[in-house]
Amino acid sequence: MYFQEKAKIMDKEAIKRALRRIAHEIVERNKGIGNVVLIGIRRRGVPLAQRLQKILKEIEGVEVPVGSLDITLYRDDLNLRLDQPQVGKTDINFSIENKDVVLVDDVLYTGRTVRSALDALMDIGRPKTVQLAVLIDRGHRELPIRADYVGKNVPTSRKEQIEVRLEEIDGVDEVVIGEWKED
Amino acid sequence: MWKKKDLIGIEELSKEEIELIVETAVNMKDILKRPIKKVPTLRGRTICTLFYEPSTRTRSSFELAAKYLSADTISIATSTSSVQKGETLLDTVKTLEAMGIDLFIIRHSASGVPSFIAKNVRAGVINAGDGMHEHPTQALLDVFSVYEKKGRLDGLKIAIIGDIFHSRVARSNIYAWNKLGSEVIVCGPPTLIPPYIESLNVKVTYNLDEAIEDADVIYVLRLQLERQKKGLFPTLREYHMLYGVNSERIEKAKKDVLVMHPGPMNRGVEISSEVADSLISVINEQVTNGVAVRMALLYLMLGGKGDEDTV
Repeated sequence: MYFQEKAKIMDKEAIKRALRRIAHEIVERNKGIGNVVLIGIRRRGVPLAQRLQKILKEIEGVEVPVGSLDITLYRDDLNLRLDQPQVGKTDINFSIENKDVVLVDDVLYTGRTVRSALDALMDIGRPKTVQLAVLIDRGHRELPIRADYVGKNVPTSRKEQIEVRLEEIDGVDEVVIGEWKED
Repeated sequence: MWKKKDLIGIEELSKEEIELIVETAVNMKDILKRPIKKVPTLRGRTICTLFYEPSTRTRSSFELAAKYLSADTISIATSTSSVQKGETLLDTVKTLEAMGIDLFIIRHSASGVPSFIAKNVRAGVINAGDGMHEHPTQALLDVFSVYEKKGRLDGLKIAIIGDIFHSRVARSNIYAWNKLGSEVIVCGPPTLIPPYIESLNVKVTYNLDEAIEDADVIYVLRLQLERQKKGLFPTLREYHMLYGVNSERIEKAKKDVLVMHPGPMNRGVEISSEVADSLISVINEQVTNGVAVRMALLYLMLGGKGDEDTV
């Protein structure tokens, strides 16, 4: 199997602009960021949350707490999978009690990851609100979940794959669309 | 990536598999620190503990690990089961498997029983101690405990003290530390050291001071009083004088040495209370880590085995 790229849909600048817009929307919707905390869903949600934190600091002068959430143990498809996801680290060293939590992820697809993340969050504490920020919404929801902040809506077919690549993990900032093909 | 249906012994594990278990346990331990110690990972899976020998910590540790991962558990006490009516071991296991058990955790006084069961059932089997053979989960939790304190697993010197002959824990630990690239030295009365133990790539000494010199870990074994009917050493008092780990002896050891014991302890025999309750002792943490390591194993063995890959 190999990944055949069809098009680049976002470059470094586009990602930067999208995150900046999302940051402004977070400030506007929450009337400031005094009660906001950011939690990135591992793996690529985490660097995105860290970038949002930086932008929010530039805009408002306040550093909001950032945590990372690993949802492996909350997945509802574990017994359907042949491969076994490695359990990662959840690192939230602040209270989320009564906070406005902004969950951050790279791609919103079926909604199952977000559902798992919601379950995981509720086991850690009881936030006042939970909002969802994603860089890409590619549609095909299987659960009644929608994002509050979207970097870019990308209509896709189920066969297609969206790959978000970030400098912190992949060494490059870009979003590409493509398909997995047989060798 | 974990591929095994069963865990019978450390001997069959690779270095990478041991490291994967330790790595997974690190994250499992975080769950134990939360106010809500439960995740839905193994919902719908059923685990059976089948203990033909008495046990408090191993069995409750497995049961709690299963419950924290939301698996259902049943526990068969052989003293009140059909074993007493003469049912064979294999029939008992097959009957339980027919009721939908996904994983058996078996302890037996005869070496080889978990391996025999594993070959005859579709469900997974974990060896929770078989005779004088192996006790793999104990060794794994020991490895994890050392990793937590020392931050590494290779290049260490591990001194295992006491009744090596009867100890499945010692055997599993020897396999584990050898695979991880650490040095093992065993020490005890000559009657409690099995012949040809050097073939397992360990050094032997009958002198306790020599064993603990430069050791990073002093692993004290329980003197298995129930297996000492043959008079393998003169008296408990003499045993303590020669092989008991007490503060006097610890003074000669490295400053950052760790003292470990698989429990239950015979205080004043193989270890003094002063040492057991001291700051260099990680005995209580071993118990907590036992739950984390068993959670890691249950996840690796039961999480994610289906017929098709759906993301």
